[in-house]
Amino acid sequence: MWSWDFAFSILPQLLQAMVVTIEATIVGFVIAALLGLLWTLCKRSPFTPLRIAVNAFVEFIKSTPLLVQLYFIFFVFPAFGVSLSPFLAGVLGLGLHYSTYLTEVFRTGIDAIPKGQWEAGSALNFSRVKIWTQIIMPQAIPPIIPMLGNYFIVMFKETPLLSAISLVEMVQTAQMIGSASFRYVEAFTDVGIIFLVLSYPASLIVGVINKRIKQRFGQSI
Amino acid sequence: MVSNIAIFNSLLKGLAVTLQVLGYSVILALGLSFIFGFLSLSKWKMAKIVSHLYIEIFRGTSLLVQLFWLYFSLPILGIQLPAMLVGVLGLGLNYGAYGAVVVKTSIQAVPKGQFEASVALNMSPFRRMRSVILPQAFLIMLPTFSNLTIELLKGTSLVSLVTLSDLTFQAMALRSATMETVKIFTILLILYFIVAYPITLAFRWLEKKLSVGRG
Repeated sequence: MWSWDFAFSILPQLLQAMVVTIEATIVGFVIAALLGLLWTLCKRSPFTPLRIAVNAFVEFIKSTPLLVQLYFIFFVFPAFGVSLSPFLAGVLGLGLHYSTYLTEVFRTGIDAIPKGQWEAGSALNFSRVKIWTQIIMPQAIPPIIPMLGNYFIVMFKETPLLSAISLVEMVQTAQMIGSASFRYVEAFTDVGIIFLVLSYPASLIVGVINKRIKQRFGQSI
Repeated sequence: MVSNIAIFNSLLKGLAVTLQVLGYSVILALGLSFIFGFLSLSKWKMAKIVSHLYIEIFRGTSLLVQLFWLYFSLPILGIQLPAMLVGVLGLGLNYGAYGAVVVKTSIQAVPKGQFEASVALNMSPFRRMRSVILPQAFLIMLPTFSNLTIELLKGTSLVSLVTLSDLTFQAMALRSATMETVKIFTILLILYFIVAYPITLAFRWLEKKLSVGRG
């Protein structure tokens, strides 16, 4: 029934597909971080309609399934003349979806900065850009690194959804192996183990970083 | 050209399946959360190891991988499950693992004095848990459970990939039948939001109600 030989023989193929999975996670995370930061800034804007629009958009994206959003980007965008490759559509969907989570993370980081820091910045006649880049962000980011790390791991575990829009990553590869040999058990077990072997140590590392940052900053958020 | 009513009707049929999957898997996940949450707090070492393994395996491998494993692998191993059961089992086991951590950390977050006071008052362990610790821990769990329920609702869209005819599955079928992609997927997103929003509101209401008189 279970064949060890087969389970080992397909490993190289799956590990090759793992590279695509990791690439998608990294690019998706960068998009999520940039968009998340953008939402956070928009939510702090003095312009009320912008705040309401961004809040509503974020709430909507957060409440609807990533899979449907991926389908939307992959199938609906071409109707408006924007055709994306599975990889591009995938990382865009992944990034957009998780940007709505990361905006909360950025918000907690920025809210934790004492008011005096802002006041000191303006008292010293720093420009708004300088206050953000030189005073606020350098203090807001380090305490939220563990939370960002957790979301990175969450996004990594969500990448199999990209197989639904025909990106050939690990799950898609396992499916192809399965349908060619009818050995689904080995293929999917291997994929599960690869996910576990990567994500479990990663979560332990995030735990260690969290402890270090707690020591250094006195409290965590 | 398919009429809007026809599109809407078949999406509603899918919505019924989605809600069914959601209902069953919420119940399963909630049960598993409490079972494994309590086990991981137990003094018995074996129980701790078992719950730790459950939590790490189901959190560490991806939900879709688990669903595919149940769907494709079990029949080869001689166990044939209907698609509905695969969906509910996969979602329940996955979110149960996340819930177990919530139950565990929420019980641990109840101040130690509460525990000591109920011991000093000679309450039985069961009474202590039921009347003192859990009512407080439950309040701590609620916001996270609210988020997890929304995550679970979003997760139900994955059952369409194991051929269960839920909302997303119906939309994909309609897409290939009618090619009205823009309309179908826009309605689909809005329908999911219409289901999710009342859940969020209901949890907020429950939280408010339960925290009355608790400073």
